[in-house]
Amino acid sequence: MKQFLATAMIVAVGLTLAGCPKKPAVKDNAGSSSTVPANAPSDASTAGNGPQTGPATPFGEGSASAASAALSGKIIYFDYDKIEIKSEYTRVVMDAAHVLVAHPAWKVRLEGNTDERGTREYNIGLGERRSQAVRRALMLQGVADGQITTVSYGEERPAAEGHDEAAFAKNRRVEMVALP
Amino acid sequence: MNKKLLASWLVALTALGGGSARSQLVVEITQGQADAIPIAIVPFGSTSPQPAFDVAQVVSDDLGSSGRFAPMNRKDMTDRPTKGADIVFNDWRTLRTDYIVVGQVNPIDATRFSIVFEVFNVLNRERLMGFQITSNQAGLRLGSHQVADMIYEKIIGVKGAFATRIAYVAVTGHAPSKLYRLIVADADGANPRIIMQSGEPLMSPAWSPDGQSLAYVSFENRVAAIYVQQLKSGERQRVSARSGVNQAPAWSPDGKKLALTLSSRDGNLDIYVLDLVSQSLVRVTDDPGIDTEPQWSRDGQSVYFTSDRAGGPQIYKQSLQRGDPAQRLTFQGSYNARPRVSPDETELAFVTGDGSGYHIAIQDLKRHGNVQVLTKGRFDESPCFAPNGAVLIYSSRDRSRGVLALVSTDGRVQQRLVSTDAEVREPAWAAY
Repeated sequence: MKQFLATAMIVAVGLTLAGCPKKPAVKDNAGSSSTVPANAPSDASTAGNGPQTGPATPFGEGSASAASAALSGKIIYFDYDKIEIKSEYTRVVMDAAHVLVAHPAWKVRLEGNTDERGTREYNIGLGERRSQAVRRALMLQGVADGQITTVSYGEERPAAEGHDEAAFAKNRRVEMVALP
Repeated sequence: MNKKLLASWLVALTALGGGSARSQLVVEITQGQADAIPIAIVPFGSTSPQPAFDVAQVVSDDLGSSGRFAPMNRKDMTDRPTKGADIVFNDWRTLRTDYIVVGQVNPIDATRFSIVFEVFNVLNRERLMGFQITSNQAGLRLGSHQVADMIYEKIIGVKGAFATRIAYVAVTGHAPSKLYRLIVADADGANPRIIMQSGEPLMSPAWSPDGQSLAYVSFENRVAAIYVQQLKSGERQRVSARSGVNQAPAWSPDGKKLALTLSSRDGNLDIYVLDLVSQSLVRVTDDPGIDTEPQWSRDGQSVYFTSDRAGGPQIYKQSLQRGDPAQRLTFQGSYNARPRVSPDETELAFVTGDGSGYHIAIQDLKRHGNVQVLTKGRFDESPCFAPNGAVLIYSSRDRSRGVLALVSTDGRVQQRLVSTDAEVREPAWAAY
C-alpha cells in the first residue's frame, strides 16, 4: 500500500512536470482571500476596509516558477581546459532537454564559467565554449534554438572563492537558469 | 637604510592619504634598484608660517617609488635650505647625496600658490634646473607630481609618469552581495574616485586616448554589454549590447572607434571594429578559434590580439586594411595572451603561462623571440604600460588577495599597490 502511494505520488509529480494532461493554468481558488491587511479594523462601519485580495496569478505547470523549479540548480561541471560534457552529467542534460521539449514556451539561459587561471577575457571565450557545448547537447535532444540563450561569465562569478584545485573544480561549470 | 626609508614612506603616504581612505591604494616597494641615485629633497620653505602642502614629501615618494632614486630621510638632513644660495655644498657632500632639490610654496593671492624648485648636482655644484609652477590649492598635489616628473626626466633621461592616472576594478564582499567598483586614481593610488558601481561584474576598463572617457564591460543586466562613460559628466552610453559576448573594448588611436570581441550565434568569438559615430561594424577576424583581447597599433592600421586558432592562446597581429593573414608573434610556450604594446611600439607585454603559473613577459618586437619573463607570481595578469614605457602595472595576488603591482621593463624594480579594503584588479594607465 505504502509503495503504491509512493509510486502514485512520484507519478503525479512527474505528470505535473511533464504536463501530460491539459489543466487550466489558474487554480480554481479565486474566491478565497490571500491576505487581510494586518491592522484592518474589524468595525464594519469603516467602509472600504474589508477583506482585499490581489490579482490571481498563474501557478502550476506552464508558469515561470515551475520552469525555474525544473531547470534551475542544474549544473554541469567540467575538467580543466575541457568543454566535453562528462558522462556523469548526461542525465542532467537529458532531464533538462525533456522539460524544454515538453514546454516549447519555456526558455533557458546557459551560464558558462571557468576557473580563475589564465586571462579574464580569454576565459570569457572558454566559458562561452562550455555554454555552447551544453546548448548543442540540448539541441541534439530536440530543444529548439529559440529556447536557449548562452552567456559567459568567464572567471568573474566563481562559485568557490579559494585558489586551489578544489575551488577550481567547483568553478568550471555551466549553470542553467530558467528565463521568465 | 632601505627598511627605514620604506617605513617612513608608508607613514608619509598614509598621512597624506587623508581621512577617506576607503579602497585607498598604498605603495609598497618590494625590490628597488641596487644603484639607486641618492637624492636629497629638502622640505620646501614658505613665506607663510606653514607651507600649504608638503610638496617635497610627494616628490620624494614619487622618485623613491620608481626604484631609480634613494631619497634621503629628512631626519638625516643637517640643514634646510630653500634656495640655491643657501646650500652649503660641502655639508651635503658629507651626507653622500648626489643631488639636492630645494624649493618653496608661497601664496600668490587668496586662491593661488607658487611652487618654486631648483635642482643641483652636489658634487660639481652645477644647477641642473629651476622651475616655477602656479597652482590652486587643489592642484598642489598634481603640481608636486609634475615637479617629480621634471626631476626624473632631467636626471634619468626618460619622461616621468608621476602626474598620470590609473583606472582599476575594486571588489568587496562575498557572493551573493559582492560589490564591483570602477575607480580612477592618481598613479600613486591617491585620490581614488568611484566612476561606476555595480552588484554584477565589471571588467576591462580602457582609457580613451584623450583621457576623458573610459570604456568598460558591465554585466549589470546579467549579460555583458560595453559602455563608454565620460569622466567629467558621468554620462554614459551603452555602445554594444549584441546578443552573446560583448567584451574587450580597445580604443583606436584617434578615439573614434572601438575594437571589441563579439560572438556568433554558435559562440565563435571574433574581433570587430565599431565606429562610434556611424555605428558601422567591420569584422576583423573570422576563424573558429577564440579571437579576443585586441589592442590597436600606433598607426591605427593593425590590431594585436589573442587567438587560440593554433591550439592554445598565442598573440597575433592583423592588418585592418587588407585581407592579409594574421601574423603570429609569440612562439615560446603554450599559453601567451593579453597583448599590450609599449607606447613606442618597440616592446610587447603579455601574460605567459607555464607549470609555475601565469607571469608577465615582455618581448622585443624588433628582435624576434627575445622574451623576458618579468614576474614570478602564480596569478599575474592584465599588464599595462605606463605612458613613458618604463614600467608596467599589472594584477597580482599577495597571499590570496588581489593587488596591483608594478615592474620596470628591465625587471629590476618591483612594487605593490595594496588596497586597504578591496580586491583590486585590471589596472589601466591613462596616456599623457
